[in-house]
Amino acid sequence: MSEQEYVPKSKAGKWFNDRLPLLSLASHLTDYPTPKNLNYWWTFGGILTFCLLTQIITGIVLAMHYVAHADLAFASVEHIMRDVNYGWLIRYIHSNGASMFFLAVYIHIFRSLFYGSYKSPREIIWIIGLMIYLLMMAAAFMGYVLPWGQMSFWGATVITNLFSAIPLVGDSITTWLWGAYSVDNPTLTRFFSLHYLIPFLILGLVVLHIWALHVPGNNNPVGIDIKKPSKDTVPFHPYITIKDAFALLLFMIIFAGFVFFAPNVLGHADNYIQANPMVTPAHIVPEWYLLPFYAILRSVPDKLGGVILMFGAIFILFVLPWLDTSKVRSAVFRPIYRQFFWILIVDVLVLGYVGAMPAEGIYLVLARVGTVYYFLHFLVILPVVGYLEKTEPVPLSISEPVLSGSADYSIAKKDNEKI
Amino acid sequence: MKKFKLFFWILLSLTIFNTLKSAEQIDPIKVDWSFKGLLGKFDRASLQRGYQVYNEVCASCHSMQYLSYRNLGEPGGPEFSEEEVKAIAAGFEVTDGPDAQGEMFTRQGRPSDKFVSPYPNVNAAAAANGGAYPPDMSVLVKARKGGANYIYSVLVGYEDPPPGVTLDEGVYYNKYMIGNKIKMPNNLSDGLVEYADGTEATVDQMAKDVTTFLSWAAEPELESRHKTGVKVILYLVLLSILVFLSMKKIWSRVNPEV
Repeated sequence: MSEQEYVPKSKAGKWFNDRLPLLSLASHLTDYPTPKNLNYWWTFGGILTFCLLTQIITGIVLAMHYVAHADLAFASVEHIMRDVNYGWLIRYIHSNGASMFFLAVYIHIFRSLFYGSYKSPREIIWIIGLMIYLLMMAAAFMGYVLPWGQMSFWGATVITNLFSAIPLVGDSITTWLWGAYSVDNPTLTRFFSLHYLIPFLILGLVVLHIWALHVPGNNNPVGIDIKKPSKDTVPFHPYITIKDAFALLLFMIIFAGFVFFAPNVLGHADNYIQANPMVTPAHIVPEWYLLPFYAILRSVPDKLGGVILMFGAIFILFVLPWLDTSKVRSAVFRPIYRQFFWILIVDVLVLGYVGAMPAEGIYLVLARVGTVYYFLHFLVILPVVGYLEKTEPVPLSISEPVLSGSADYSIAKKDNEKI
Repeated sequence: MKKFKLFFWILLSLTIFNTLKSAEQIDPIKVDWSFKGLLGKFDRASLQRGYQVYNEVCASCHSMQYLSYRNLGEPGGPEFSEEEVKAIAAGFEVTDGPDAQGEMFTRQGRPSDKFVSPYPNVNAAAAANGGAYPPDMSVLVKARKGGANYIYSVLVGYEDPPPGVTLDEGVYYNKYMIGNKIKMPNNLSDGLVEYADGTEATVDQMAKDVTTFLSWAAEPELESRHKTGVKVILYLVLLSILVFLSMKKIWSRVNPEV
């Protein structure tokens, strides 16, 4: 990993480090040579770690007061909001935190799409990231069920019913998932159990994600391989840590804006009505971050077809590194791909918008066009553009395009030690 | 940038399309509530009047099971004095028990008691109200799209049905209610309650007061949330300025333009 072996200065440190090289690990993490041209789109990795830890910490506190029972869950949430000291703050951080987590992860994913971070040799980082994303969706969905409001109940009903589309065994699987013959108390208790488990699975995958990242090192806006350490890199600490901290603070300001001044704007009013199996809400909609997939699901008249396309929309991303045939990573040097990247963003936003609308008339047409285009982008446009596109000349090093003066890694390193 | 323009055109046209489509539904009246905005606070007097309206009018059918009488004296709410809260609670009969003999008994209410519900359960409430269960009002404002504006609008939105609309027995016409049909009769009339502070009890005044009260009931933390929020954001802004300056300093060693 690091170039030269780290040796602790103190005797005790050396004794410990020889038995468990935690100090070597810490040294590797702080010295980790990072491309110096990383822009603010690269700060979302740190932001996402913050989001995960925030969700875990607030979640642990909420679980101390929450009661996972169909008759008591809704009241226990009101108990948290009214009687627990700063319970409202903890709950609003947790519920808005989920939205902020997804906002950050979408930026993180699209950053990867733009700069080609998923390409060789970073395929495993990308795939672990997608597994994290899948687990995040599962955790968020189950978390939304826990307050046992109308949207919780009916959202759970719609999503679990998707599995009944599986031929032959679909109904049995759905009953098995419910633990009953409809969404009921057993469903709630198992969702709570899994909702508590998943974040720790995510945490484990995050460790693998970072480990896999530290093998080839960060991609960068120019998308070229760089020598490490060299004048193109800076040590992770303090250069990247301070920049991540600044970006995180800006992110926290937006986060706080939602928590303190619009805590329910991202939610749905119906979820403040206790779950009632006898009354179906007029529109059942998932949370905003799942809307594009919901639009894809509803764009197909056949239930099984819709389910296949919806899951396909996610699983297609797993083979993305092999669908993209271009040798050049960064879209900065790919004039054609760049255009299609922005069209894809518009496409996903349109899908998200129609996902929130009733599936009829113009919305259904838009959902279908959007769905077809989504798959077209990955299955046709990406491979073909990779072959045909005439890319712009790629620089040999980072210093060449971003900076005329010289910068010496060793100077930076030396300065760093003074602090 | 071209692609942004394209994107905004699409969003804009979708929005226009959407507004045209939903033009038939009347939007709730926009009221300039004192509790809106970054520093919004509840109007104390209005909250106290609102509680009176709730207690004398709404409470005969609507429960508020998540509130306790003590909440009425807590900061950020109607802020009745300790004596007043005790007196309010004592005005209710609470079922307690079982006692040492295993019998349930009734006693005077205490500030720590939850609001007493008008009906023993949902079925009884529905049976007494023509099959329509009067919803619990603890979080009603948060549970309706449009929030306080919507609740207020429904309270003042009763009118005779337009020609061609026939209503069943026990159903009333309300121009703001979703679907325009409501099972709750128009319970407010001028002078229905007598306000202790001498405010004239017009329908509009009572509707505003009780909506303010319900908004507080749904978000009792609102004032403290707003106050804390301002402090938190100020702190974050100051800290980010400091961190920004540190960042500039640190990066100036390698790259003057971060």
